[in-house]
Amino acid sequence: MVVFDKPKALADVSMHYCPGCTHGIVHRLVAEVIDELGIEGKTIGVAPVGCSVMAYNYFNCDMIEAAHGRAPAVATGVKRANPSEHIVFTYQGDGDLASIGMAETVHAAARNENITIIFINNAIYGMTGGQMAPTSLPGQVTQTSPYGRDVNHCGYPIRVCEMLSELEGPEYLERVTVNNVKNVNKAKKAIKKAFQNQIDGKGFSLIEVVSTCPTNWGMTPANALKWLDENMLPYYPLGVYKDRSAKEE
Amino acid sequence: MAKLTFKTDKCKGCGLCIDACPKKLLRLAPDKINIKGHHPVEITNQDECIGCAFCATMCPDCVIKVER
Repeated sequence: MVVFDKPKALADVSMHYCPGCTHGIVHRLVAEVIDELGIEGKTIGVAPVGCSVMAYNYFNCDMIEAAHGRAPAVATGVKRANPSEHIVFTYQGDGDLASIGMAETVHAAARNENITIIFINNAIYGMTGGQMAPTSLPGQVTQTSPYGRDVNHCGYPIRVCEMLSELEGPEYLERVTVNNVKNVNKAKKAIKKAFQNQIDGKGFSLIEVVSTCPTNWGMTPANALKWLDENMLPYYPLGVYKDRSAKEE
Repeated sequence: MAKLTFKTDKCKGCGLCIDACPKKLLRLAPDKINIKGHHPVEITNQDECIGCAFCATMCPDCVIKVER
């Protein structure tokens, strides 16, 4: 009996991500959820700009490439064009969603747009070579903050889930991580709920996945997971930040 | 009995599976190099594998197939 194999919704190609990058794990979780819900034929994904810019090569469902940060706006259009037929998700990094695309994210949430957003937060710009992101931690050394992020000069990191939870609009906001097997399984449950919410027509679901960037953090993959546990999780606590249906019940 | 199959040429040698294995059965093959130029993962003792699939769960590149 096969206990574990590559999900069908994930293309049988080698991904371009660096060794140990957690993008691969989250790609697989999304593909597993698409398989389990049996929605591969009607799912449309929107790829961002960033490391996951080529996500359209890795998912077997239809994919669109959006301009930098505009994935929620593109997803809005796709979903509204045929709301009963398509399941629309975006897959975005922190440089895409929390920086240039913050306006689109906030307004899609405020409108309670019936889409699913997978948000990868690794506190750094990966594709462009490790510059400071809006989510970089105070004191974190990056290419553009070689002495560590100075909060007096650069301000404080943005906690996206907490910020959006203040809005009336969004249906479901949860922060998860993938630093060990238990948390990977929890992340999958959260992603599945986010897709199920869309199928049930409940509205905007955003799953923030606290992730690593071994290459630009300058660590081995195993040490990066440890650094995530010790530094990222205290600043970005895991948990459900908004679940409107649960409140109403 | 559990059986692991590796898509060796997809392995990037990150070692996340090695840390995840509760029985510490995996290692990067010291004498093998795959098409990407990495030392790919291999299992040292197939008989002791319990088929928990922790390694496959942590693998970012879907290298490992687990059968039980």
